[in-house]
Amino acid sequence: MTDWINVILQGILVGGLYAMFAAGLSLIFGVMRLVNIAHGDLIVLAAYVALVTTETLGVGPLVSLIIVVPLMAAIGYLLQRAVLNRTLGEDLLPPLLVTFGLSVIIQNGLLTLFTADDRKLDAGHIEVATYRLFDGVYIGALPLLQFVVAIAVIAALQFIFYRTALGRAFRATADNPAVARLMGLDNRHVFALAMALSLAVVAIAGVFLAIRANFDPSIGPARLIFGFEAVIIGGLGSLWGTFAGGLVLGVAQAVGAHINPGWQILAGHVAFLVILAVRPEGLFPRIRT
Amino acid sequence: MSEAPLLAVGDLDAFYGDFQALFGLSMEVRPGEAIAVIGANGAGKSTLLKTIAGLLPARPEAIVFGGTPIGGMPAHAVAARGIALVPEGRGLFSSLSVEENLMIGGQLNRSGPWNLQRIYQLFPGLAERRHLPSTALSGGQQQMVAIARGLMSNPKLLLCDEISLGLAPIVVREIYARLPAILAEGISLILVEQDVVQALKATQRVYCLQEGRVALTGAAKDLTHEAIAAAYFGV
Repeated sequence: MTDWINVILQGILVGGLYAMFAAGLSLIFGVMRLVNIAHGDLIVLAAYVALVTTETLGVGPLVSLIIVVPLMAAIGYLLQRAVLNRTLGEDLLPPLLVTFGLSVIIQNGLLTLFTADDRKLDAGHIEVATYRLFDGVYIGALPLLQFVVAIAVIAALQFIFYRTALGRAFRATADNPAVARLMGLDNRHVFALAMALSLAVVAIAGVFLAIRANFDPSIGPARLIFGFEAVIIGGLGSLWGTFAGGLVLGVAQAVGAHINPGWQILAGHVAFLVILAVRPEGLFPRIRT
Repeated sequence: MSEAPLLAVGDLDAFYGDFQALFGLSMEVRPGEAIAVIGANGAGKSTLLKTIAGLLPARPEAIVFGGTPIGGMPAHAVAARGIALVPEGRGLFSSLSVEENLMIGGQLNRSGPWNLQRIYQLFPGLAERRHLPSTALSGGQQQMVAIARGLMSNPKLLLCDEISLGLAPIVVREIYARLPAILAEGISLILVEQDVVQALKATQRVYCLQEGRVALTGAAKDLTHEAIAAAYFGV
């Protein structure tokens, strides 16, 4: 019994990480209808940026967030202004192709710079610290921190979207870009800010990913799939739905892995397909008219 | 013509791709003046407003606003200079509440008479519905939100595209009844209308467009019904 409680708890905590993968993806699609195929590779890029930061400055990975988050946000802003804004229009295909190309460029760029060797960030003591909930049920300090940060990230995005002028600008531009321009909103700038915010979340997700497990330049696309699945499970356009989607995916993978270690990824995909078949609009869709 | 025009459109051509919608069109609006632009469907009225607002390309000197060439300037920059377009079909932000729509209109922070409080005095019906989604309102109220949203940027020139479209006559009269209060703040107005009678009553001067050219212009009170009909239909 405690065995299963542990498994589900692990799944939930990992789900927080998946929710962070998904949140940035969902935000970009929501604001500018851009499907960012390079999202997973940007997560891995953030992990390498954190690696370089920790190695050159001698700080821990969590402290490196002070540098990695603003740096990734700046990369996001520039990427949107210089490249992605030019791909946006009536047609959904150009942004898909360009971000796919970006994905290839990032993977190969990282491969050239860092080789295909596994890397990992060392967060020190926190990685092995655990708390005992009750007999036989334990929570790791790092997964717990990751989960709490995920909640904070989703709450912060929710606040930005629904309580600030920036969020109003995001929603107005998403509703009707031409009219938003008439209101004095420069689409190119608004979209670039959305991408900056997305990559700020990507930075946090990348650092936690890199502390949790080994990473190499090739693992981005799988993170993209997890992110996509969490978004679709949760329902498009709902941030807390995306969070729930991450948890469902995390639990499904943990349960699958517990039954048979080879079934971890498969179980996640099966859960995704089942929800797609039973509830194609996702668990918590936000109705947009 | 003693006063310098606030807006001078001169020899303006406008295109949708290869299709030319405006041909060497010229017009002007003086400070504080309300003018009507009328004409049949496809005459180029909405195109004219969109081009002035920066949604369609134009030669810089073809549109001069407050002495500055603004033709082809991006729409957000035109808005910042004090031109607000109330778009045809209202174009409200559907996932925003009424008040959020107004706040988006006011996000340029231009100084002037209009703020949320003044808007709610002008349109009391909106105050009690300010937290509703903009789509939950009646058509007339949605049109009021669209106008109010335009005013929130405190423009020097307000462009209204077909504000009577799809509304019951009584609702149209209610909306037009608010125009004098808006004009009293010294704003200039270009009113594009299908409803010629309403447009003539609300404005001082009229431009009648036909196939992208000015077919007739004059003081609203001097134009005869026959002259307008001739210019309108090109007979």
